[in-house]
Amino acid sequence: MELYTLLRQFADSWMLLFLFTFFIGVIVWAFRPGSTKAYKDTANIPFRHDDAPAPSQDQPAATKEARA
Amino acid sequence: MSNYIKLIALGLVTLFAMIGTNYARDLAYQVHAIIVMIVAGGLFLYTLRRTDEPKMAPAGLENEYFDSVIRAGTIATAFWGVVGFLAGTFIAFQLAFPALNFEWAEGLANFGRLRPLHTSAVIFAFGGNALIATSFYVVQRTSAARLWGGNLAWFVFWGYQLFIVLAATGYLLGGTQSKEYAEPEWYVDLWLTIVWVAYLAVFLGTIIKRKEPHIYVANWFYLSFIVTVAMLHLINNMTIPVSIWGSKSVIVWPGVQDAMIQWWYGHNAVGFFLTAGFLGMMYYFIPKQAERPVFSYKLSIIHFWALIFLYIWAGPHHLHYTALPDWASTLGMVMSVILWMPSWGGMINGLMTLSGAWDKLRTDPVIRMMVISLGFYGMSTFEGPMMSIRAVNSLSHYTDWTIGHVHSGALGWNGMITFGALYYLVPALWKRESLYSLRLVSWHFWLATMGIILYAASMWVTGIMEGLMWREVDANGFLVNSFADTVAAKFPMYVVRGLGGVMFLAGSIIMCYNLWMTVRKAPAKEASLTVQVPAE
Repeated sequence: MELYTLLRQFADSWMLLFLFTFFIGVIVWAFRPGSTKAYKDTANIPFRHDDAPAPSQDQPAATKEARA
Repeated sequence: MSNYIKLIALGLVTLFAMIGTNYARDLAYQVHAIIVMIVAGGLFLYTLRRTDEPKMAPAGLENEYFDSVIRAGTIATAFWGVVGFLAGTFIAFQLAFPALNFEWAEGLANFGRLRPLHTSAVIFAFGGNALIATSFYVVQRTSAARLWGGNLAWFVFWGYQLFIVLAATGYLLGGTQSKEYAEPEWYVDLWLTIVWVAYLAVFLGTIIKRKEPHIYVANWFYLSFIVTVAMLHLINNMTIPVSIWGSKSVIVWPGVQDAMIQWWYGHNAVGFFLTAGFLGMMYYFIPKQAERPVFSYKLSIIHFWALIFLYIWAGPHHLHYTALPDWASTLGMVMSVILWMPSWGGMINGLMTLSGAWDKLRTDPVIRMMVISLGFYGMSTFEGPMMSIRAVNSLSHYTDWTIGHVHSGALGWNGMITFGALYYLVPALWKRESLYSLRLVSWHFWLATMGIILYAASMWVTGIMEGLMWREVDANGFLVNSFADTVAAKFPMYVVRGLGGVMFLAGSIIMCYNLWMTVRKAPAKEASLTVQVPAE
């Protein structure tokens, strides 16, 4: 089979299916149970470290803040 | 040790540029060889003087952000912005008054040479510097980490300025490969590739060492912009130089494939450079200025994936009624129309971030600027899909309507969101209490808005008029108007367009004054705020 025809057939079938499933998967993932709470925290990232990076002592800064 | 390697490399580049100056086959190449020779030679001397000198150990740098390069970036953004707007206003008047194509400047400063200078200055110099500077700012703040790679960020900044200078001088001297928005010739393309890989490394390196568990959505947009632009740039610039001592090169793609790749590049330069990157800005600076988190983080995730999944297919709408196969142009048209939805999803997400804080529109001209940028984004992302429909395109294509559309997007969306970001960044970066004058921001806001409205409205009128005149036939099927008739009919609208440009330019100069005075005169932020604040 010619390379063009082969690629075209692949693009029209499996790749299309893959991209479509991936996209639906993203939407489902965004609405997964518990996402509202998690995203509330994520959406507040810009308001945390305005003036300096998080201190480098191994403990990640966010675990401290999740309680806030 | 690394200095010795640097010295060898810089010495070789200088030598090569010297040989290039001698053997150059065209003027553009020769001038570029001289520029490269001066830059590489200067860096050689600079490096030489610092080699084997005792180094000062940088202490505690990991505890602070790398902001000096961002300060330079904001200055470069404002500077190139004014240069680009000035060039645009001048060529607008060249179209209205052809006498401005001066006899003595023929082949250097006529419309054909200045037009790519204008487009690249605003898109790549103004927009590009804004994207690099804000992405460095945002990725540090949202990753809670200092930029990765030390001085590599400085290399990205200066390397990009060199790219701009080479591209701009090349256009004036005729070194162009005639691909819209991808005009620079092969060696400039190679240089940009190196700079871009370094940019990707700095950005990705910072994300990898982030202290926040999540990657904030703005960084997703920035990253998709960097990666996609790299891919587009490489594929659209697959050229073979005719000679290593000349600027001319030949593309490897044949005929219609080349056209398709060019507009796949061209439209995704809009989609990923001017949209995805600037949406990254939007998702950080609007929440910051409104002091509220983004309206819906879920929507922002869907917005991101829908936008990047759809934009990449929209290019063929630039090639309706050409040798492109029908299915390809239909695909491009359909994808462009679907693209309307994620675009408006993003716009609504940005606008609704203000819900509960709408009163700020009255008191804060900076947020007003950001909001009107979203308004123009919504308007041009509605206009664009409409114009991509084949039947509409048969009227609008090759007319001034297209130019009006581009400018309502570029001036309204990209320009206004960048101005908003600059008004946010300058006090933050220079540690100032506030801007020097909010009154001047209001002046800038109204001048720019009125300028864009004059521009877009006059281009709608002249574009549709032009399209209708071109297709008008008499009872016997002969064309009624000659091309010169349409040119004569467009004169008043061209003057109005030029005046719109003058207002937009005046606004940007007011901004530069205001930002300058903010750094010079505005009261400094309290010292207590500059020391490290404990994380909540």
